[in-house]
Amino acid sequence: MRLYCNAVFQNRSKKQINLVGFGKPIYKLTFTMLQTKNLKFSYDGKNFIDFPDINCQKGEEWLLLGQSGSGKTTLLHLLGGLRKPKHGEVIIDGKDITSLSSTSLDAFRGQKIGIVFQKPYFVRALTVEENLLLAQQLAGVDEDINHIIYLLNKLNVGHKLKSKTDNLSEGEKQRVAIARALVNRPAVILADEPTSALDDKNCQEVIELLEKQAKEANATLLIVTHDGRLKDLVKNQIQLAAL
Amino acid sequence: MSTLKLAWKNLTNKPLTMLLSLVLFALGVGMISLIFLIEKQVQDKFDKNLADISLVIGSKGSPLQTVLCNMYHVDDPTGNVAIKDVKPFLNPKHPLIEKAVPLSLGDSYKGFRIVGTTLEYPELYNVKIGSGKLWGKNLEATIGADVARIAELQIGSTFYSTHGFLNDGMNGHDHGQFTVVGIFEKSNSVIDQLILSTTQSIWEVHNHAEGTPQEEHSEEEHNHDDHEGHDNEEGHDHSDHEGHEGHDHGSHEGHNHSQEEGLPQQASAPQMDFSNQALLQSPEEEITSLLIKFKESNRKSFQALNMLKGINENTEVMASSPAIELNKLYDNMSLGESFLRNLAMIIVFVSGLSIFISLFNSLRDRKYELALMRVMGASPTKLFFLIIVEGLLLAVIGYIIGIALSHVGMSIFGGQMQDKYHYSFTASQFLIEEFYLLGGALFIGFLAAVIPAIQAFRTDISQTLSES
Repeated sequence: MRLYCNAVFQNRSKKQINLVGFGKPIYKLTFTMLQTKNLKFSYDGKNFIDFPDINCQKGEEWLLLGQSGSGKTTLLHLLGGLRKPKHGEVIIDGKDITSLSSTSLDAFRGQKIGIVFQKPYFVRALTVEENLLLAQQLAGVDEDINHIIYLLNKLNVGHKLKSKTDNLSEGEKQRVAIARALVNRPAVILADEPTSALDDKNCQEVIELLEKQAKEANATLLIVTHDGRLKDLVKNQIQLAAL
Repeated sequence: MSTLKLAWKNLTNKPLTMLLSLVLFALGVGMISLIFLIEKQVQDKFDKNLADISLVIGSKGSPLQTVLCNMYHVDDPTGNVAIKDVKPFLNPKHPLIEKAVPLSLGDSYKGFRIVGTTLEYPELYNVKIGSGKLWGKNLEATIGADVARIAELQIGSTFYSTHGFLNDGMNGHDHGQFTVVGIFEKSNSVIDQLILSTTQSIWEVHNHAEGTPQEEHSEEEHNHDDHEGHDNEEGHDHSDHEGHEGHDHGSHEGHNHSQEEGLPQQASAPQMDFSNQALLQSPEEEITSLLIKFKESNRKSFQALNMLKGINENTEVMASSPAIELNKLYDNMSLGESFLRNLAMIIVFVSGLSIFISLFNSLRDRKYELALMRVMGASPTKLFFLIIVEGLLLAVIGYIIGIALSHVGMSIFGGQMQDKYHYSFTASQFLIEEFYLLGGALFIGFLAAVIPAIQAFRTDISQTLSES
């Protein structure tokens, strides 16, 4: 059986950067940050999932919608370099990550891609602060405690700096997970169902925070979800549908 | 954050899960180390006190007991020998013998043995006088450093000897008061725990019983004397015939009367000659043993080797070779040691298994963490080393606790040995074997961690994170 994924692009817009010269815009520049071409994946070598080509510009926000089983998480893992596709390319910041060696891919992922998972995982033996420092260190980025404190404060969890992650509420955990995804100033932020465990209030807050932080870092944000509450919050949307 | 620090945090986050492994590991390491320490220090004590003594000549009995009693002062004497029976060895012109040192045992003070001997005895151990002087006449005593410290004796102190080796405050002689005239320097040899005086002093203390009022005992003593013969004079008699303390003195009384050697007069009238020659003038008197040191050139000669056999086959006395007896003793000890060591090895092995299981279980709990670390940029090799370091860290902690346990154990053991035999053992000595043990501990830690580490290495990020 062959699975086809239909992509429905809505409000597809390109970010415009106006270069100012002689008092008026003269160029419209776009910069593709996240792009896929002919992406196919198969778990068993027989049944292939085809994914639509994606083209996200620097600083854009996208919502990738799809029902359970539509291959959302698989796509996110492909985009994050956690899995290798059977076919096709994933180009991030001009680099085809499917062609990278395992070690370079680990380093690239650590530095360029921030991932927020559905369940906020942490190294449980460490405090919030140590978890974020570990994220910097593992990515090979200089430790920057000021940036960590800045991010946590922005996400309203600054006071949890020294707490063990087990002692945080679900909402707090998700915020810290967002801070961790942002800590290395990634070019791309991938979020996998970041709101599914949250109530309406927290859901809206978390999405707003994600958008705000992504915007501030000028990062491309791609949220994978089946959470209908988000439809009205993000304008660029890709619909994955399993047939 | 270094791998080491992260491994440490992971281990200390849930200390209870690793506790059993750690305790087992520490016990195993501690046992092995303690066996090393005891074996090494006991052998050191034995070897140091060997002092090139080739033979111990004493009465017929257990050769090991003779050696232990006369060289190490840890066992009771086997009996006495009469001067006349060992006369040939006291001859300064003996072609093989460099030194023949007579020892008379049987009395003690506060548990420290009083040894009647010649001035050659401390020479055997190269012991120097710390303060005062060597004994110069009867009832003068020069004492070991430990005796001075523990029994609180100083130069000029006087004491009465106690019959036998027990410090039970009974069986005291109320005659023959010894005076301390010198204290040896601490030498870590057996001299540290001995009170040395002349052979004649020992005789005199016992002969003086003659003049003490012990009438109520005398009847019984004489009866006893009749069927015990003239085997008397020394403390070992006391241990052989408990409850007859007075007996030895009484019997000696009879003995001296019958012999008419005039020796009591000689012994009680201080004289300056306490050499072996002087002993020969009292052929019927007894000593406990004779320590024989062969001349350097003769030590391995045919005659010297045959002397042991010759003495044992042709005379009334017995010769024992300390080297042979100690080797037998080590053989017996090594049986027990190897059993204990194997037991300790099994404990270490089981603890290694326990570390393996604990790590394996903890990885199951932490698989998301490991996948997450991979997402954050950690390479599979990094995760492999993280788990290896956790295993090694456990091994090092277990090792440190184990070594601490063994040295505490050594100090307890040393204290008991000090109380019982007056030998001092130290808990602060560290052996090169303990360093090798660290290597072994690290190896076990590595082995226990390697399979979980491979598992961590193989973490499939996507699959793990999709499982939630």
